[in-house]
Amino acid sequence: MQPFQELDYYALDDLLTEEERMVREQVRSFVDERVLPIVAAHWEAGTYPGELNLEMARLGMFGPAIPEQYGGAGLGAVAYGLICQELERGDSGIRSSASVQGSLVMYPIHAYGSEEQKRAWLPRLASGEVIGCFGLTEPDFGSNPGGMRTRCRRSGAEWILDGRKMWITNGTSAGLALVWAKDEQDVVRGFLVEADRKGFSAPETRHKWSFRCSVTSELVLEGVRVPESGRLPEAQGLKAPLSCLTQARYGIAWGAIGAAQACFDEVRNYTLQRQVFDKPLAGFQLTQEKLADMATEITKAQLLAWRLGQLKERGQATPARVSMAKRNNVHMALQIARSARGLLGANGITLEYHTGRHLCNLETVLTYEGTHEIHTLTIGEAVTGIPAYR
Amino acid sequence: MDVIVCVKRVPSTTTRVVIGGDRKSIDPTGVEFLLNPYDEFAVEEALKQRDAAGGGTVTAVSFGTAEAQKELRTVLAMGADAALLLQSAQAPLCDGATTARALADAIRGRKFDLLFFGKQAVDMDQHGVGPAVATLLGVPCISEVVHLEVKDGKVTAHREVEGAHEIVEAPLPCAVTAQKGLNEPRYATLKGIMAAKKKPLDVVDASVGEPLVEIVEMKMPPPRAAGKMVGEGPEAVPALVQLLKHEAKVL
Repeated sequence: MQPFQELDYYALDDLLTEEERMVREQVRSFVDERVLPIVAAHWEAGTYPGELNLEMARLGMFGPAIPEQYGGAGLGAVAYGLICQELERGDSGIRSSASVQGSLVMYPIHAYGSEEQKRAWLPRLASGEVIGCFGLTEPDFGSNPGGMRTRCRRSGAEWILDGRKMWITNGTSAGLALVWAKDEQDVVRGFLVEADRKGFSAPETRHKWSFRCSVTSELVLEGVRVPESGRLPEAQGLKAPLSCLTQARYGIAWGAIGAAQACFDEVRNYTLQRQVFDKPLAGFQLTQEKLADMATEITKAQLLAWRLGQLKERGQATPARVSMAKRNNVHMALQIARSARGLLGANGITLEYHTGRHLCNLETVLTYEGTHEIHTLTIGEAVTGIPAYR
Repeated sequence: MDVIVCVKRVPSTTTRVVIGGDRKSIDPTGVEFLLNPYDEFAVEEALKQRDAAGGGTVTAVSFGTAEAQKELRTVLAMGADAALLLQSAQAPLCDGATTARALADAIRGRKFDLLFFGKQAVDMDQHGVGPAVATLLGVPCISEVVHLEVKDGKVTAHREVEGAHEIVEAPLPCAVTAQKGLNEPRYATLKGIMAAKKKPLDVVDASVGEPLVEIVEMKMPPPRAAGKMVGEGPEAVPALVQLLKHEAKVL
């Protein structure tokens, strides 16, 4: 296999700091050497390569933006984005695992947890000793999480949780579940639920044709008792879980570029080598139009992500701005994967080529963390002032 | 245990090289540069030996252009304690002897127990700088090492030789050039990258003498001639054997 060659049509490397480039190179080597050789076999078998967790943790990929005192690396937003980009060049599911750990578990503990909770959990999550998951979506409430049915009620020094969560990445392998539930006044609250608590179970969702090397689960909570010390004291209302999603979506906007780059690189090499009617497939106008579209869309996506990173470092990456990059970049990556699959011909349906796996994975990425349609409405609301969700 | 490791910034081996306008060097535009791969083994061994000894320092030294600070920063991110760049715009045009003199001048007077190099830099492939520096400094040198033990003031090293391993000993201080297989180089961790910003990276101007070897011209290899189809199936074998014997002269 030819070594990966990143498309950098507009010399965007110049916009990165030396440190950001170094972070990207390290994660890129890790993906080349540790992820790509094993990922297709895991995807086919439907297993998560758990051995990568400790390696990713040792490199610092779990919660890299968390301050060093809690086990993170204190990286900036662009560096974090580049990590997601490189991981997703390997596989969207593997990037998701790191996203959930960092953006959906470590971030809320850092943002909404007590000092005690931060000290107790963040270093263990950063080191990979504990894997976390985030339970917000329910079987009947995806785009409208405010309708959640999971309930929490106070009973002395404890809270009792009842309900079901669905489509939870890392659920079955998690030692710690961050569960969102409504109290008796309908206020959304967050709880740190250890997986061994009585009444908690996390059966795995099987028979997926996407995200096959990522664990997806249901969370079942039947009278689970959690002490008051397990409640995130600073999280009140739906804003708290939504703010976590903004973090994760930011990473996805970068990650999608990685998946698109993987497909583009593969199909460019393939069409240059594949001879059709006595010349390379890349020498035909129909092929070149596709490759030109891919290169242009990747470059636009890179600019969106980089600018969003700059805004995030200044505290100006509003949810609506994040929506635009997530929506555009994931859709762009999916279109590129589909187009690349076509250019690969029959080869494109085998797992020997990475494109088909990315294509299937991206169908998930289009839907999760805010569907493409919901992000459309978020942007629509931002430019008109009129919410059109209902 | 104080260790010095000499490293070089080289073009990535996957880069498609273009010869520059001077016809004597490569055009760096669009070329990805990185730490010489054999130097990664040298750096890893330096860090391992320091840590095994329970203390000491690892200092990375490079003779190169200002851009080589990036590779030195990578070595710091991997865990080295300090770095020194002997800066010279002439460095890419210098031969091994000139490079070795520049490195030896900078290392002389510094205390070290072990001095590591990659066995060769993958750009010029000369294999010479490590042994030359050791000779200039008057310390023993063991080259192409695939296994190393340090104990009681001496090193025992396994060298790769044609089809076998040679086991040699030398007293400290000693120079070692690293061959693939010596160890598994670590990745720089993200924390290491952040910490590297705060570590000392000194840049000094290197005075270089006249190179002993001058690069007169660089040329791309001639394009490969088109292959010849001898025939198809078993009946083509005799003709193929004849051509391999008499034309290609490989049988």
